[in-house]
Amino acid sequence: MNLQLKSGALQQVLALASLVVLLVTFSLSSGNFFQFSNLIGILLSTAVIGVLALGSTFEIITGGIDLSVGTVMTLSAVMSGVFITFWGLPVPIGILGGILTGALCGLLSGTAVAEMKIPPFIATLAMMMIAKGLALIISGAKPIYFTEAESFANISQGSVLGSLIPGFDIPNAVLIFFIAAILGFLILSKTIIGRYNVALGSNEEATRLSGVNVGYWKIVIYTLTGAFTGLAGVMMASRLNSANPALGAGYELEAIAAVVLGGTSLSGGKGTIMGTVIGALIMSVLTNGLRILSVPQEWQTVVVGFVIILAVYADMLRRRKA
Amino acid sequence: MGKKLSVFALVLMLAASLLSACGNAGNGASGGDNSSEGGSASGGSAAEGEIYIPIISKGFQHQFWQAVKSGAEQAGQELGVRITFEGPETESQVDKQIEMMQAALDKKPSAIGFAALDSQASIPLLKKAQENNIPVIAFDSGVESDIPVTTASTDNMAASALAADKMAELIGGEGKIAMVVHDQTSVTGVSRRDGFKKQIEEKYPNIQIVDIQYGGGDHLKSTDLAKAMMQAHPDLKGIFGANEGSAVGVINAVTEMKKEGRIVVIGFDSGKAQIDAIKNGTMAGAITQNPVGIGYETVKAAVAAIKGEKLEPQIDTGFYWYDKNNIDSEEIKAVIYE
Repeated sequence: MNLQLKSGALQQVLALASLVVLLVTFSLSSGNFFQFSNLIGILLSTAVIGVLALGSTFEIITGGIDLSVGTVMTLSAVMSGVFITFWGLPVPIGILGGILTGALCGLLSGTAVAEMKIPPFIATLAMMMIAKGLALIISGAKPIYFTEAESFANISQGSVLGSLIPGFDIPNAVLIFFIAAILGFLILSKTIIGRYNVALGSNEEATRLSGVNVGYWKIVIYTLTGAFTGLAGVMMASRLNSANPALGAGYELEAIAAVVLGGTSLSGGKGTIMGTVIGALIMSVLTNGLRILSVPQEWQTVVVGFVIILAVYADMLRRRKA
Repeated sequence: MGKKLSVFALVLMLAASLLSACGNAGNGASGGDNSSEGGSASGGSAAEGEIYIPIISKGFQHQFWQAVKSGAEQAGQELGVRITFEGPETESQVDKQIEMMQAALDKKPSAIGFAALDSQASIPLLKKAQENNIPVIAFDSGVESDIPVTTASTDNMAASALAADKMAELIGGEGKIAMVVHDQTSVTGVSRRDGFKKQIEEKYPNIQIVDIQYGGGDHLKSTDLAKAMMQAHPDLKGIFGANEGSAVGVINAVTEMKKEGRIVVIGFDSGKAQIDAIKNGTMAGAITQNPVGIGYETVKAAVAAIKGEKLEPQIDTGFYWYDKNNIDSEEIKAVIYE
């Protein structure tokens, strides 16, 4: 156990070190990189994928994988639009509705996995299709705009910090991302959900034999992932001030990449929230830095692919030694 | 077992409640749009004596395709022919589109409207249509084949050359500009990029295109990459967004960087976000195609072909520049769509 803790800490140090190396490299290569506005821009572009990745971390720690988070995020955004724009309900109810939509989808996937014994890959693949179809049906295949509810844009675009401390214009989306990360960290390391989550991922049978209702806790964990996904959907809709049913596909892969870069094992049982935050930051620092250096886009994609392979390989090498 | 059943029942109930919510919302969304009757994919065989024209588009999600559809339906009503309109979910699903084309041919239609996602992949089916004497009308983007009797489309090269002229005029003929394009593989992506680039390079030697990036038409991605462009080139004078998603991304980026009015944004296509941005001054103007016209001309040409009339190989469906000054004119109102 002690050894495991140490290796977890080392992994985070490694991930953090690569993030710092990236930051230093890009700062030296372009004078336009290390500027307040750009760093805030990087944090802002991390926020949505970051919250998505935070949620995915819980499921991946159980040894599962969620292919539906990209489209469930879209469905949640669309449902917020339904509540606020179609039904004219107050903005907080729209936010809650979006988060609950995500949680409900997670509950359904979790039930399929835990009670119907459908492998997570298949259950969430099905959920991906269901969410995509529903988002199109509900929205009438048209983007929903939040122009009537002006305060909705403030969820992501406004700056509570900026109004408290003049000049400190950090967008709310970034703030929400960090609060979500702290919340995720507390759930994973301080609550019974987190404890069972790790136990389940390490050895499901042993966990069951020690008297834990594995099915129940799996559903709880999937619902939790869903709630984070719903939050990401609301944040995305707020940043774009619209809910577009055609968006979101492919975001699940970016979330999974961020989780993996953060050292969470796809075979389950091991992972940290801090790691995911760093992983998500690595992804967006990398794309932002390459863009600022005007590296052709085809090559940006290739580089990101190589970085993922390298990160996971380094992790495996280290674990083999331990 | 009892517990499992009860959980299952609960899930079913939740699903049912979600579905009913969807039903309501769906009605709300499509309140003003009851013309999509013919839009279902399962049109069935053509009835005796009836002229039936299936239209296979590249998609149906974008507002652009909805506008094409409405034009086609309008022509269908005026000319008394039955049309159906369908397309794959995303514009990368070449195989799905081929299946739709196959299914459409099996219904023995009078003519077919077709916007190929992959012009090579569709050639065997086009040949089959030819053998069965079913005239094919290409629309939106052409097919590299002489089988379609005509092609109803926007001249994208010329349209984005006009965008380049407007950009040059608005930035005073010199300085750095950048482009956000949807992709480097589709006909529209390539010809809009090249049409704009060629015009700048040939006519405006003092303007430099410093960066071209591709956002896949994804609003969020296009926002982030346009922000990176502005960060990398603080003296950037203008950005061209080559389709709806790209242009919306550029608008968001300019707003988030608080550079409204200090960067000339020129877009392509239409949509509520672009219309709002033009009205509030974030966007200088945009090029719009005439999607309603594309749909209309496609059906009109199909009917002409069925009657055996001679058609020109190319029907230019036109394009327009719209900005603050003419956005409320009748001419522009007819071709922009929210």
